[in-house]
Amino acid sequence: MIPGSTAVAIPQREPVSKGPRKNLLDFADWSSEEVIRLFETADVMAQVLTRTIKKVPALQGFSVGLLFFENSTRTRLSFERAARAQSADVMNFASGGSSMSKGESLKDTLRTLDAMQADLYVVRHHASGVPHQLSRWTDAVVVNAGDGRRAHPTQALLDAYTFRNSFPGFDGFAGKKLTIVGDIAHSRVARSNAELWTMLGGEVVLCGPATLLPPELAELPGVKLNARLDEAIEGAHAIMALRLQLERMRPGLLPSAAEYAARYQITERIVAGAHPDAVVMHPGPMNRDLEIEGRLADSPRALVEKQVANGVPVRMAVLYSLLVGKR
Amino acid sequence: MEPVHKAELMSSEEVSRALTRIAHEIVERNKGAERVALVGVHTRGVPIASRLAELISGFEDTTPQVGKLDITLYRDDLTEIALQPIVKRTEVDFDVHGMRIVLCDDVLFTGRTARAALDALIDMGRPQVIQYAVLVDRGHRELPIRADYVGKNVPTSRAEVVKVKLTETDGEDRVDLLEVKR
Repeated sequence: MIPGSTAVAIPQREPVSKGPRKNLLDFADWSSEEVIRLFETADVMAQVLTRTIKKVPALQGFSVGLLFFENSTRTRLSFERAARAQSADVMNFASGGSSMSKGESLKDTLRTLDAMQADLYVVRHHASGVPHQLSRWTDAVVVNAGDGRRAHPTQALLDAYTFRNSFPGFDGFAGKKLTIVGDIAHSRVARSNAELWTMLGGEVVLCGPATLLPPELAELPGVKLNARLDEAIEGAHAIMALRLQLERMRPGLLPSAAEYAARYQITERIVAGAHPDAVVMHPGPMNRDLEIEGRLADSPRALVEKQVANGVPVRMAVLYSLLVGKR
Repeated sequence: MEPVHKAELMSSEEVSRALTRIAHEIVERNKGAERVALVGVHTRGVPIASRLAELISGFEDTTPQVGKLDITLYRDDLTEIALQPIVKRTEVDFDVHGMRIVLCDDVLFTGRTARAALDALIDMGRPQVIQYAVLVDRGHRELPIRADYVGKNVPTSRAEVVKVKLTETDGEDRVDLLEVKR
């Protein structure tokens, strides 16, 4: 375990429930079939977004509360767009400037919002486990939009969806290798992507400086750890660079940003060792020429903009799947 | 409970004759097939639209364009049909603006599917006119909607089910009346 870090519980897979799904907190109770159906629904949602009228009445009458206790631009906007494109009402909550800054507890804040009858909460919080806790306090559906270093399931969904859509005649994730490079220890994106990608049948290699590579992640089925970038990337079909979360890091975890860039930056030269058709992803925001070479980020291999664009239809599919049947 | 078969409403020949008659009615009402397009509602409306287009091309100089419409995202009764309905692709690959659209479906019942289909079509543009063709009208309307072209009118009770089978989706053409015993 990393000195000074908090252990992150690895969710254990449980039997898939046959009833209507209540929440999306992580992938612990999801099946690959459900994810594939979600991708198919996202395909239809993407089609809606190409029309002159980019809106359907599917969620008319539902209220979606966006609870962002941590800063976010793309995720919040993406969920808001996804809700509005299906005619849902949106209630925006940001902890800064709210009654929480006056000392109101999380539970009382939720009660206030519950009184306004939200049907679904999209929750982002800097502490791991908050969406799970909120789901115990409310009857509304809860969608995790990122909690601490634990999970960011919709990011993983849009990443896998983007990969799936990048290959004409895509034949599934079996045999496809994803290498995630960077600050694995602080990354909920890495955890959720590893969980989802392996559930779909692919293999995952997590790569980064040893200080940022928690050994317990090797316990996830289908996941390997490798601190050597050239080895980790060999034959990879997708390479995901992660943002260095310097704001979460204790001193001493990294010698310097320059040394990190020298050893772990994803460059065109490095990608040459991957699968010939390999694509490059980054969940954003990108630090150019730190985690990823600037010209590689602008190359046709890079799917960064597609990832952002796909966030909307994927989140539309998530909201639709979780809310339909709840009326 | 398994529905009980009560009667055959249409044989394969009757389905074929009804569609042929509707094809002629479409051409007659629209004074030809220029700018006529057929849009089938998933699932069985789709082969009906394709067959009508083929029939029309047999006696007119043009073959009408065909589209497929999924109305799941426009329904107002989602919870009543399935917990998580499967959303299918809408494929209307032509500009509906100014077109004479014939919406096609297998059974007209409450009218809610037709309403949803009208909303979905209008979100794609502004057709000159939208007409409605169904193989069977079984009554029990909940909305002020009627079909312009009907293969067969069948008075039914609410406990009865009209089951349309088409070769493309079910391996044979026939329409049956079933009853759900309570």
